[in-house]
Amino acid sequence: MDSQRRKFLKMAGLTAVAGMGAPAINMLLKGEVRASETEASTAPALPTKSVKRLGMVVDVNKFGANPGLAQKCVEACHSIHNVPDFRNPDGSIDKKDEVKWIWAEKYEHTFPDASQYKRNVGLEELPVMTFCNHCDDPPCVRACPTQATFKAKDSGIVMMDYHRCIGCRFCMAACPYGARSFNWRDPRPFIKKLNPDFPTRMRGVVEKCTFCAERLAVGKIPACVEATGDTKAMVFGDLNDPNSEISKILASTFTIQRKPFLGTKPSVFYII
Amino acid sequence: MIEKALTGSSKYWAWMAFLAVLVGIGALSYSQQFQYGLGYTGMSRDVSWGLYISQFTFMVGVAAGGVMLVLPYYIHDFKAFHRITILGEFLAIAAVCMCLMFIIADLGQPMRLMNVLLHPTPHSMLFWDMIVLNGYLFLNLLVGWTLVHAEYKSPHRPVPPPKWIKPFIYLSIPWAVSIHTVTAFLYAGLPGRDFWLTAIMAPRFLASAFAAGPSLLVVMALIIKRVTKFDAGQVAIQKLVTIITYAALMNFFFIAMEFFTAFYSNIPGHKATLEYLFWGLDGANSLVPWMRFSMFIGAIAMVMILLPKTRYNEKTLGVACGMLFISLWIDKGLGLVLGGFVPSPTEYITQYYPTAGELAITVGVWAAGFMIVTVLYKIAISVRLNVEN
Amino acid sequence: MYDKGKIIPGLIIFLGLFTFPLWYNAGNAGNPPKPEKPAGYQKCVRPVEYMRTSHMVLLNQWRDEVIRGDEREMIMIDGKPYPKKLQAGCMGCHADKKKFCDRCHTYASVKPYCWDCHFPPKEKM
Repeated sequence: MDSQRRKFLKMAGLTAVAGMGAPAINMLLKGEVRASETEASTAPALPTKSVKRLGMVVDVNKFGANPGLAQKCVEACHSIHNVPDFRNPDGSIDKKDEVKWIWAEKYEHTFPDASQYKRNVGLEELPVMTFCNHCDDPPCVRACPTQATFKAKDSGIVMMDYHRCIGCRFCMAACPYGARSFNWRDPRPFIKKLNPDFPTRMRGVVEKCTFCAERLAVGKIPACVEATGDTKAMVFGDLNDPNSEISKILASTFTIQRKPFLGTKPSVFYII
Repeated sequence: MIEKALTGSSKYWAWMAFLAVLVGIGALSYSQQFQYGLGYTGMSRDVSWGLYISQFTFMVGVAAGGVMLVLPYYIHDFKAFHRITILGEFLAIAAVCMCLMFIIADLGQPMRLMNVLLHPTPHSMLFWDMIVLNGYLFLNLLVGWTLVHAEYKSPHRPVPPPKWIKPFIYLSIPWAVSIHTVTAFLYAGLPGRDFWLTAIMAPRFLASAFAAGPSLLVVMALIIKRVTKFDAGQVAIQKLVTIITYAALMNFFFIAMEFFTAFYSNIPGHKATLEYLFWGLDGANSLVPWMRFSMFIGAIAMVMILLPKTRYNEKTLGVACGMLFISLWIDKGLGLVLGGFVPSPTEYITQYYPTAGELAITVGVWAAGFMIVTVLYKIAISVRLNVEN
Repeated sequence: MYDKGKIIPGLIIFLGLFTFPLWYNAGNAGNPPKPEKPAGYQKCVRPVEYMRTSHMVLLNQWRDEVIRGDEREMIMIDGKPYPKKLQAGCMGCHADKKKFCDRCHTYASVKPYCWDCHFPPKEKM
């Protein structure tokens, strides 16, 4: 009810200021954000845009110590979510149609701006798990003209509404992390084994990692985190809860984020 | 009034039939793309926008260029533009129609286009672009049609256009600036795309638009003079050339500024795309010949429109304006959009090559644009010649 | 108007042909479809009349609630919970897509794109 009323007020306000241009609307939107923060203010005021801010810590060294773990994570995610596997005739990945939610990337590609001269040789070979950062200030959400991608108010997850996406791919241009994939053609024939419990996508929409929102809803953890077992190679939790495991790791360990200088506030952290 | 477009010489009909064939091939190709998905094109995960969006961006500029006639004629009362201003307004209509067609061709789910209106999203620049483009189309249709209709109604006794149209004409001037500014904002507001993240994107867009649109108009006015009795007048053409000269100089100046900032600061991300476009990056150099050719013919065109000898000769002037238009088309209609995706955010270099079907759709949209402009010009010119005889 | 004698009869003939399917079938709704309802259930999540005309509206509303509002609470009917989902909810009872969904959709000549992404129960492996 509350969100509907807010939506109505927003629309009414929007209509009223339609002729006054962007600055007025911007003020209106900022006002709305503030209002929703006060509503949730049983806890101390949060600097983030959602009640919880779900995030992840990826320990790159643990992936190095467990060969095959990275591939296991990718398989777990992609098989559960019916992510298609496009291959060239020679078996290599078809980079044109490729769809991926999570993948093992080389350090220099996940952190292209941290490519110092003469770095640790071992680092070159380590698989760096790369996926959506679920930014606290996501540029993809800003760019989307239909709110098909949006930030969930409770969890902070950057969600996708595949029914609303018009396939303009503005979000792909806006994402500074290359986390988004487009369905250039019908993906179904390219799904190795269909998981009947999760829908596929249709051609013409953008998709990406959703932190397994559908699994979180039934009390499970994200599939990639589950696949890492008790290696603690990936730790998932609420960054806004100072007592969560992830908050404790972040408070005691040196971690880095991808391109933090862009102001997107990524919710995924890396132990290198 | 529309009946003026339904009678014409055999040349007129041959031209229209030729365009209709191109539109038909484009439509057939589009139906294939509609069935298959956008994988029908050469676009990929790394280069997620291709010819459609780059042509869209360029045509917004051509549409905005019409204001270079409206502004001197209506604000500064520059009488020599009396006959040619309507050509600018009608060109804008065709250009905006092409923009809308390119956008639709580029959508993965075109049937859901109306979601942009169902779920209005003021923080998305694409939402604003839709508003300003459709608004500009409406304004030019209204103004252009009203002006021609006033002449059509009383061919023997010239009447001034109705007074109520004036506010719409004045509104169309800042509106033209807004369409290309908002289109620049599509690119200039994206973090992590260093080539596009520049505050002079909108000024550069406007400069190239104010050169490209009028260049096309000069070429078309010279062609129209040859095939009909309609002469835009030497004063008007030369004034347009002055405008083109200043705008094109500004455009090339802005490009030079981009080079300075990138290369003097020596920041790799800012240099990468310029290197890719003009020298090639890690062996990838598909756009290098295009960009160099663009700069080369752009420079020659500038010399030609600066020298009095070539400027006052209609043949060489037409060639110069045509060359300048092609130069700007390569610069903005190819390099700017396609280059921005190289390298990718994870620093991979993926090159883009349009497919035959994609080219057919693109040519089809251009042909449809030429059809619209031909019909509109046919009407405007027939009405005008009727008045003058 | 020129050629009045040709244009007006021409228009009448065109309109007649164009609307032929309408008046040919007027008053005859064909054989109304009989979708097969799941055995052993008395009530749906909404009254039958509402579901017949507006199930797609409800599905849209559910999607917005679940995806956008994170409102995933079950719908309780006679003490039994039903999830707000097409695949795991509706199709849990209406297990036969061909005998339930398709009969009406074919009759009404609508082609919903649900199954481009979602799986009807039969495709379970």
